[in-house]
Amino acid sequence: MQQKNIMPESSYSAHGRKDSVTNTVTVALLVSLVCSVLVSTTAVVLKPKHLENRLFYGGYRNILELVETIQQGTDVENMLRQMDVRLADLATGEYVENMDASQFDQHEAAKDPNLGVPVPEELDIANIGRRARYTTVYLVKENSRIKHIILPVHGAGMWSTLYGYIALEADGNTIAGLKFHEHGETPGLGAKIDDPAWLSQWRGKGVYENGVPVIKVARGKAPPGSRHEVDGLSGATLTGQGVTNLIQYWLGEHGFRPYLERFHNRRE
Amino acid sequence: MNNQAREAFLGPLINNNPVTLQVLGICSALAVTTSLVPALLMGAALTSVATLGNVSVSLIRHHIPGNIRIIIQITIISSLVIIVDQILRAYAYETSRQLSVFVGLIITNCIVLARTEGFAMNNGVGLSFLDGLGNGLGYSLILVIVASIRELLGAGTLMGIAILPLVSEDGWFYTNGLMLMAPSGFFIIGLLIWLIQSWIKPQPVHTVVHVHDLAGSEAS
Repeated sequence: MQQKNIMPESSYSAHGRKDSVTNTVTVALLVSLVCSVLVSTTAVVLKPKHLENRLFYGGYRNILELVETIQQGTDVENMLRQMDVRLADLATGEYVENMDASQFDQHEAAKDPNLGVPVPEELDIANIGRRARYTTVYLVKENSRIKHIILPVHGAGMWSTLYGYIALEADGNTIAGLKFHEHGETPGLGAKIDDPAWLSQWRGKGVYENGVPVIKVARGKAPPGSRHEVDGLSGATLTGQGVTNLIQYWLGEHGFRPYLERFHNRRE
Repeated sequence: MNNQAREAFLGPLINNNPVTLQVLGICSALAVTTSLVPALLMGAALTSVATLGNVSVSLIRHHIPGNIRIIIQITIISSLVIIVDQILRAYAYETSRQLSVFVGLIITNCIVLARTEGFAMNNGVGLSFLDGLGNGLGYSLILVIVASIRELLGAGTLMGIAILPLVSEDGWFYTNGLMLMAPSGFFIIGLLIWLIQSWIKPQPVHTVVHVHDLAGSEAS
């Protein structure tokens, strides 16, 4: 402090005023203050946009895109009005009426002791450990008739958990579309599960044979004309196996099978 | 533009490129260059952080106490990175998801800290601005070159638009899966380093030493 200001610019001498304890503390506080104000302002200002994105990209848009083509200018809101979001009890296949389906987070619920159930080990081919008792189902209508049922699915891939949606025709057996909206597979290999050409192969395939889900990803090419197999992904055998497992689990007896049966009966 | 300013801005583009000559920022350069769009966005993110970081540090350089200068710089840099990341998530959601952690990791990107510590602490605001911009663009340039090669040979596309007709779509081009994996990033960056260093013959080694010198002398 007694050194006075004789230091030239850009000197790093340890005795300058700017190195005093007071100045150190002041500068540290000021810098932190300014930085935190900037960061929190940005976060607050952009929050609505972030929420909108999460809902739009991660949520309903993804789901709807399975069965509808959405382009620039498509009236997504109107389409969303045609979509019924319901909660289904997986064990009984009945709808749950006393909870708000749009607020239900099945991944949170799976961890909850009351809302989640452990998946028995011998059935846990998708390697998920626990699942929620209820899950959201999306019913896409056309002229107030249900046209597609869209179901959330997830399970282990090679490196990561794959989260996606599978769309079924109203017969509850024919696949109308499949898409994964979140995964961490290797770009160029496992991440080919995002490839539209590959995903489009699923369309029109049948899920069940004698009530058991047999749909699967083949090793190598699927036999031509096969009703229950799609081509394997070269270099991504394990990811493909993961996809097979999670679809067979979720459409199986411990998954959506009871719901789909009830759905079928209700229609008749 | 006087000589000093020209050197601060144009130097890091080729002659003193942060990636190929100082071999900094390699991690993200490998990770985000599988295709062009994320590489461009990453380049833009780093350029804005490097530029704004340099300007802010240069503005308060007379007040930064020597013994906490690194942590002050890191605080400024990380705030900028968070802001950039938030903006990307708001307005370029899809691509920002592909970039995943790598935008956040700009905080630890050596290029940014090397410029604030090595340049902005000792130079005026204008020069620091040009230096940050030049280094950011130098990094982006390498990213764009590497990403173009990898996307073109690995997927036959550029910016997602098909350029080379694929065999799977009745064309003639076999995609090269290796191009989409990290090793090809090493190869291409290695070749670029070799190419640029042998092209600008006059003492490339000197440049490298120069940077370490700056950091070293200031630490003392």
